[in-house]
Amino acid sequence: MRWWSYSPEDFLLFAPRTYWRLIERHNDALWPAQVLALLAGGAILLCLFRPRPGSSQAVSGVLALAWGWVAWSFLWGSYAAINWAAAYVAPVFVLQALLLVGLGRRLCWAFERSTRGLVGLGLFLYALVLHPFAGRILGRSIRTAEVFGIMPDPTAIATLGLVLMASGRGTALLFVVPVAWCVASWATLHTMGAPDAWVPLLAIGLTVGAQMFRHAVKAF
Amino acid sequence: MMQAKRRTILRSALAAAAATIPGKNWAQAGASARRPIPSSGEALARVGLGTWITFNVGTDDVLRDQCAAVMRAFFQAGGQMIDSSPMYGSSQQVIGYGLRKLGRPAGLFAADKVWTSSGQRGPTQIEQSRSAWGIPRFDLLQVHNLLAWEEHLRTLFAMKAAGQVRYVGITTSEGRRHDLFEDIMRRQPLDFIQVTYNIVDREVEERILPLAANRGMRVIVNRPFQQGALLRRLSGKRLPAWAAEAGASSWAQFALKFIISHPAVTVAIPATSQVPHVRENVAASAQPLPDSAMRQRMVSYMRDL
Repeated sequence: MRWWSYSPEDFLLFAPRTYWRLIERHNDALWPAQVLALLAGGAILLCLFRPRPGSSQAVSGVLALAWGWVAWSFLWGSYAAINWAAAYVAPVFVLQALLLVGLGRRLCWAFERSTRGLVGLGLFLYALVLHPFAGRILGRSIRTAEVFGIMPDPTAIATLGLVLMASGRGTALLFVVPVAWCVASWATLHTMGAPDAWVPLLAIGLTVGAQMFRHAVKAF
Repeated sequence: MMQAKRRTILRSALAAAAATIPGKNWAQAGASARRPIPSSGEALARVGLGTWITFNVGTDDVLRDQCAAVMRAFFQAGGQMIDSSPMYGSSQQVIGYGLRKLGRPAGLFAADKVWTSSGQRGPTQIEQSRSAWGIPRFDLLQVHNLLAWEEHLRTLFAMKAAGQVRYVGITTSEGRRHDLFEDIMRRQPLDFIQVTYNIVDREVEERILPLAANRGMRVIVNRPFQQGALLRRLSGKRLPAWAAEAGASSWAQFALKFIISHPAVTVAIPATSQVPHVRENVAASAQPLPDSAMRQRMVSYMRDL
């Protein structure tokens, strides 16, 4: 296979209408799990600002659950029906869930007033509160709302934000899968002509920028 | 039987040769809306139905019913060939759904592909595809994009000898690996080849289409509208008045008539999810079709747009 002769269009297997209808049907099937997912996101926020014993385990546990659920419910259970590649991505999401269980519980997840912390908080709040309305603002049905813990994009963006706020050994590893997903999501949305394709790329840019800023300050 | 076969091959070769004669108005006036397959003499409708993207709708019942409606309109208009691949997501299952709903129309010419890097997995994949379509056997099986082509062709020729498939072919798209494609065409007794050809992408006119005619191979044309990009570019532009001389009443028909009027081309397989579009596409095979002078005019017009 000469992969270099292919363009992103060659890998888009479905029409945009099919994709958005898939998300609508996924949301319909899971309702009202979206409310629970948002409450879980709210609980993470509480843990960040009022850390208590067990907070870090709670944050990493909720995140791991979100990645595992998205892998099983959306990627494997819904998306793979129109995109065979999703069946191969689902185990990668499970790997991220395992990493969060293994590494995440040893990290300290708390907000601290710094550039990194502010960017991290901004990304997390965007993913939790604003991202579900992005499609609506662009003219898509509210039934296509992408909610943290239900759909991959807000889950990945929220994770980037949270890992930016985390401290301890191994945080860098937790960036890999969300960044890879954001690139894949950008490619899919861009090929479909979705105006919000830049959102996952911007999330990567902000994450990388905040990380580099931190290292620059340390070196200084 | 053998003589008849030779005659049809000879006719194809002569037709291809005639296409290269400048100013010779030889081509399509009075030609049938169907074209025979040289290796069997069986006639095939000139416009088929592709399923790339449009039929990959998963388990969405609303969209599945829309695909079944497209299939119904396709068969009612006289269409025959439906082409799919294991690469096309749920398209095979959606075709199967449509065929069950329509009671498996008698005119169906079922074309599918084998697409796996493992030669050993080929037979299992073909059986899964057949099961998804819900048919006793495929009419045509092709090696998709030449992936593991040597192993798969061995399997497909063995299946043909055993009566498990009627025709064997290979495919490529967007001009990929044409050198190897030609080499296989020269060395293997293929019934069909599938390539990308449209009024803008005309590379196959140079060598592959003449070679197919010379070797008595039928040609399936994919991406006739450049995956819709061609029609999007033309939308809003007025169809020239002289297009009516070729029987084209829309840009889609203009593009399709150009393709199927090439003497080496057997069938074009545009994909659509719209009933009016599938009717318009199949109607493009009706007479008149452009002759060589008209084809030249079409190319020049497109170049100047």
